[in-house]
Amino acid sequence: MEISGAEILVRCLQEEGVDHLFGYPGGAVLFIYDELFKQNRVKHILVRHEQAAVHAADGYARASGRVGVALVTSGPGVTNAVTGIATAYMDSIPMVIITGQVPTHAIGQDAFQEVDTVGITRPCVKHNFLVKDVRDIATTVKKAFYLAATGRPGPIVVDIPKDVTAAKCKFEYPETVEMRSYSPVTKGHAGQIKKALSLLMKAERPMIYTGGGVVLGEASKELSQLVRKLGFPCTSTLMGLGAFPASDAQFLGMLGMHGTYEANMAMQHCDVLLAIGARFDDRVIGNPKHFFDEKRKIIHIDIDPSSISKRVRVDVPIVGNVKDVLQELTKQMSGAAAGKPDAAALKTWWAQIELWRARDSLKYDRSSTLIKPQYVIQKLHEVTRGEAYVTSDVGQHQMWAAQFYKFEKPRRWINSGGLGTMGFGMPSAMGAQLAHPKDTVVCVTGESSIMMCIQELSTCKQYRLPLKIVSLNNRYMGMVRQWQEFFHGNRYAESYMDALPDFVKLAESFGHIGVRIEKPGDVEGALVEAFKRKNDLVFMDFVTDQAENVYPMIPGGKGLSEMILV
Amino acid sequence: MRHIISILLENEPGALSRVAGLFSARGYNIESLTVAPTEDATLSRMTIVTSGSDDVIEQINKQLNKLVDVVKVIDLSEGEHIERELMLVKVRAVGKDREEMKRMADIFRGRIIDVTDRDYTIELTGSGSKLDAFLKAVSRDVILETVRTGASGIGRGDRVLKL
Ligand SMILES: Cc1cc2nc3c(=O)[nH]c(=O)nc-3n(C[C@H](O)[C@H](O)[C@H](O)COP(=O)(O)OP(=O)(O)OC[C@H]3O[C@@H](n4cnc5c(N)ncnc54)[C@H](O)[C@@H]3O)c2cc1C
Ligand SMILES: Cc1ncc(C[n+]2csc(CCOP(=O)(O)OP(=O)(O)O)c2C)c(N)n1
Ligand SMILES: [Mg+2]
Repeated sequence: MEISGAEILVRCLQEEGVDHLFGYPGGAVLFIYDELFKQNRVKHILVRHEQAAVHAADGYARASGRVGVALVTSGPGVTNAVTGIATAYMDSIPMVIITGQVPTHAIGQDAFQEVDTVGITRPCVKHNFLVKDVRDIATTVKKAFYLAATGRPGPIVVDIPKDVTAAKCKFEYPETVEMRSYSPVTKGHAGQIKKALSLLMKAERPMIYTGGGVVLGEASKELSQLVRKLGFPCTSTLMGLGAFPASDAQFLGMLGMHGTYEANMAMQHCDVLLAIGARFDDRVIGNPKHFFDEKRKIIHIDIDPSSISKRVRVDVPIVGNVKDVLQELTKQMSGAAAGKPDAAALKTWWAQIELWRARDSLKYDRSSTLIKPQYVIQKLHEVTRGEAYVTSDVGQHQMWAAQFYKFEKPRRWINSGGLGTMGFGMPSAMGAQLAHPKDTVVCVTGESSIMMCIQELSTCKQYRLPLKIVSLNNRYMGMVRQWQEFFHGNRYAESYMDALPDFVKLAESFGHIGVRIEKPGDVEGALVEAFKRKNDLVFMDFVTDQAENVYPMIPGGKGLSEMILV
Repeated sequence: MRHIISILLENEPGALSRVAGLFSARGYNIESLTVAPTEDATLSRMTIVTSGSDDVIEQINKQLNKLVDVVKVIDLSEGEHIERELMLVKVRAVGKDREEMKRMADIFRGRIIDVTDRDYTIELTGSGSKLDAFLKAVSRDVILETVRTGASGIGRGDRVLKL
C-alpha cells in the first residue's frame, strides 16, 4: 500500500521510538501536522517560538541521553531554529531537526518562506539532508538518527519539501543503515592505552581532567572506578559536571575561567595529565602559551580525532569511545605487569593540593544583609537534596549554579557551554521535565536571560510543566557588568536592565505562581514552599546583591595560575 | 608548507560546498581546488592545494575526514606523487609574434588547439611551476587570456586512492 511522505515520516518517528516532538506549524509542514493529528504515539509539544522547540528537544536529549526531535516550518521557522541548532552543535547533542521546505519545483525561485536551509545550517550541524524524493524519506530519517547518536553526537537537519510530504510510495523502514563514508571508532588502540598506563604509573603529580564526553558517552561509572583506583585528583569542565561525584574528596571542582583555585593550580602544575572527553577549550586552559610554560605529558581520550591536538599538542592520543577506552584501561591496570601509582609522590602532591584547597576560593560574604546569589544556590542544593535536574541560562548565575550546586550524577546539569546561548534555560527545562515527569526540574536564570524565551511560560501552562524557576535578579547583565568593572573602567554601557517587568505579576498572568524574595532570611523558606508545590510552576524572583562578581576569574589572555581571587 | 590533498567524496549535490565551507569557516587556505566524477559515478575526486603549518595540515585532514560526505582523504605530498595542471592561453599571433608563439608552444610542449588570423589558443599541461614559467617567458602584452584548472594529483606506483 502506498502512503504519503508525511505519513511515512511520522511512521519513521514511531519506529525510532520518539515519544515527544517539539514543534511549531506552518504552511510547509501542514501535511506532516495532519498525520501527527491522526495518531497518538508521538506526542507533539507546541512551543511559542521555534528557538524554544530546538532548545526543548535539546534539554530532552541532555536529560535522557536519547535523540531529541524538533519540527519547524520553512523560512522563518528555520531561521528561528538556527540558534537552537548551533547551541546543540557546539555541545555535541544528539538531535534530529525536521524542517519544512517549499515544494521542489519552487526551490530557487525566492518562493514565499523559502530559505536555503541546507546552506544556512551547514556550518552548525553534524550533517544535513534535503530529501527530494518521497522514496528517500525512510532511509534518510534512519541515517539521521544514526548519525545524531553515534560517534561524536550532534544535530542533524532533515529538510523536506512540501510536495515530497504529499507524494506517495510504499513504506518500509530499513533495519540497519550503512554508510561507507562514516564509521566512528569505538575501541581505543590497545598499544596506546598501554603507553598511557605506563605514563600514569610513573606520574608524580598526576591530574585527571574530564569533560562533556564522559556524560555523552555514559561513562561515569567507569570514570569513578578509574579515579578511585588511581587515587588521583580529578577536575571537570563545565560540561562534564556530575560525571564524577562533586562530594568525593578526590574532586577538585570545576576548572577554567571560573574554576576553583585548586583545580586550576593542579592543572597547571601536574606532570601527567589524563584528559577524558574534553576539548581543551579556551575557557578552560586560558592562554595556551602560559599553559606550556610548565612541562607535562598529556594523554587525551576522545572519540573525535579532530578534538585531539587541536589547541594543545598531546603525547598519547587515544581515539575511541570513552566507555570502551576506560574499561580497557582499568582492565590493563589490574594486570600483573601494570605496576602501581607512586604512593609517596602522590602523598606529597595531595599535600600541595590541600594547601591550594585551603585557600577556599569560592568563599563569599555570608553576613551580608543583601541576598548573595551563591547562598541561594547553596540553599537550592540543600532543599532539593542535590537531586534536581538543573538547567541554566547564561551569565553569572550559570557560573554560580555550576560552582555551588554540587552535582553527584551525570545529566543533572544542563547548560549551554559552547555557544553560551541566553534563552536556553527555560525551554531546555521543559524538555528535561518531559523526559523525567516525576523528577524535580529547576531552571536557574537571570532577569536578562529569562526575557529571551519568556513566552515559554505559556507552553509550561499548556502542558502543566511544574518547573521551578530560580531567577537571580541583579538588575544587570551581571556577567557583562563584571567585565566592564574589571576591564572597561566601570563604564556599564548598556548592561543595566531598566524597565524590568514585575516578574510575580508576569508569572501570574501566564497562570503560574510568582514570588519575590528580598531578604536573605526568606530564601530558604521560599524555596521550601516552592518545592512543596509539586504540580505548579513557581517563578522565584530573588532580588540579589547587584555588585556581586564571580570568582575566581582568569582574565582573557592570562594563564591558569593567574586567577583573580577574592 | 604547500600540500596537495586528494579526496574521494560522495557525488552528491552539496558535497562540494561542505568542503569549501569547511575551508572558509576555519580560515584554511585554498590555493586551488578541482573536482570531477570518477569512473565510479557515485564518487567524485577532489584535489585541493593548500598550505599551512604541520598543525594546520593535521587539522585539515581530520576535519575533512569528519565530513559525512567524505569517503577518503590522502595527503599526496606525504609521499611520491605526480601533479599536473592544464592551462589554456590565448595569445596574440600577428606579425613576428605568430612565429614566436608557435616556437614557445613547442619549447613548452604545448599544443596550439585553435587558430584565427589574429590569435592562437595554446594548451599546456604540467606542474604549476612549468605553467608559471611559460607565462613568464612570453611577453605580457601578447597574452590575451588565460585559464587554469588548478592541480590534479595522483600517487606514484602502489599509492592508490580507491575504495
Ligand atoms: C559564561 C561562560 C563561562 C564559562 N566558563 C567556563 C569555565 O570556567 N570552565 C569550563 O570548563 N567551561 C566554561 N565554559 C564552557 C566552555 O565555553 C566550553 O563549553 C566547555 O569548557 C567545553 O567543555 P568540554 O571540554 O568538556 O567539551 P564538550 O563541548 O563537552 O565536548 C566534549 C568532547 O568529548 C568528546 N566526546 C563526545 N562523546 C564522546 C565519547 N563517547 N567518547 C569520547 N569522547 C567523546 C567530543 O568529541 C568533544 O571533544 C563557560 C561558558 C560560558 C557560557
Ligand atoms: C543570546 C545572547 N546574547 C548576548 C550574550 C552575551 N551575554 C553573556 S552573559 C550576558 C548577561 C546575562 O545577564 P543575566 O541573564 O541577567 O545573568 P547574570 O549575568 O546577571 O547572572 C550577556 C548579555 C549571550 N551570551 N547570549
Ligand atoms: Mg542579571
